[in-house]
Amino acid sequence: MSTMTLAEARAHDRKRWLWPMGFGIIIIVAVAALTGWFTGITPLIYAGPLMVYVIVPLLDFFIGKDSSNPPERVMEILEHDPFYRYSTYVYVVVQMGLFVGASAIVGTQEMTFWQWLGFATTIGMLSGISINTAHELGHKRTWLESWLAKIALAPVAYGHFYVEHNRGHHARVATPEDPASARMGESFWAFLPRTVMGSLRSAWEIEKATLARKGRGVWSVHNEVLQAWGMTAVLWGGLMLAFGIELLPFLILQAVLGASLLEAVNYAEHYGLLRKKREDGRYERCQPEHSWNNDHIVTNIMLFHLQRHSDHHAHPTRRYQSLRHFDEAPELPTGYAGMIVLAYFPPLWYRVMDKRVVAHYDGDLRQANLQPGQRARLLAKYPPPATRGDAVA
Amino acid sequence: MKKWQCIVCGFEYDEAEGMPDEGIEPGTKWEDIPDDWTCPDCGAPKDDFEMMEVD
Repeated sequence: MSTMTLAEARAHDRKRWLWPMGFGIIIIVAVAALTGWFTGITPLIYAGPLMVYVIVPLLDFFIGKDSSNPPERVMEILEHDPFYRYSTYVYVVVQMGLFVGASAIVGTQEMTFWQWLGFATTIGMLSGISINTAHELGHKRTWLESWLAKIALAPVAYGHFYVEHNRGHHARVATPEDPASARMGESFWAFLPRTVMGSLRSAWEIEKATLARKGRGVWSVHNEVLQAWGMTAVLWGGLMLAFGIELLPFLILQAVLGASLLEAVNYAEHYGLLRKKREDGRYERCQPEHSWNNDHIVTNIMLFHLQRHSDHHAHPTRRYQSLRHFDEAPELPTGYAGMIVLAYFPPLWYRVMDKRVVAHYDGDLRQANLQPGQRARLLAKYPPPATRGDAVA
Repeated sequence: MKKWQCIVCGFEYDEAEGMPDEGIEPGTKWEDIPDDWTCPDCGAPKDDFEMMEVD
């Protein structure tokens, strides 16, 4: 059997030269926003929300999907190819530069309210997207990658995500106990406070238990949640020292927008999906069918394959370049950018998604993760097969 | 008897206790667990477990 060289393996990845666009896209947004600032064309400063809510959904629609998987032996080689890692490192550096640069402009320059709001929303979008980069890095165990993950979460003040996502969300995904798995019949606006508060509480409890096992109290320098928040305090504090305390509303607003963007993505990822409980009280192992998958190219490039979410949860330590498409995984109708826009309008969301959950469970919603208060209504609207038979008889 | 921990989600496998519900008898050593076994909580493969300090 001949062994494959790195160059041969690389030739199999159709998206190889697109991956650097992960950070390329945030540079494009920044250039557009700066052009808007210097030319006085204020709408351009809103390049962030324009990109996320309008341009990327349209690009997904026109460019379409890539559902190909490189052969297994190719992926084994690509898994160790440092090229892919470098794009995530560069992303964090670029993101930090843009964040500090925007803070300098907002803190020191005279501007109208609409210009200020443009910077806050654009940087908010970039901060939200950087949670995704932190997510890819935060699953890795090298010293550099785990620290870059924490650094990437500092601007958006969401450092507890690092703890909660791996040790909370990955263990409880697609169960009613997971604050970050949305239930069918739960609107995004009901999910948002539940996931934010639930994830905070969970991160704190997980860290408390971890520290207790090592004989330490929760108020310790070893507390990873406190470490991450400490980085935000140092970053925000330093920026306010340099550019003025008036920067604070900007910092808060962009963080709120960034975190909400991430939570809208969380909302889509497991909506209505449920792992079965076994007789011993444990949930079945997480399979590809417990996460919504999406193969749209543009959003997948922008998000380092986050939308190959079914494989990510079934095999959480695979690097982004090796995540596969599975035919048995349920598929979202479009990429996350379009799904976020839908999520903001619950009636539209239900119209698009509820029938997909029903189809995924072959009409039997008793197998789905349903919002407790909506359970009776949903089962009446979509009667499970047996009940349907009874009604006929 | 040793304990092993999943590096993704923190699940612990205790050799002394095994996992009888999965057909892994109490006292089963880590090396005797099948290679295709995965973390029951998050699905990480056996390779992604590390040995914990023995109390």
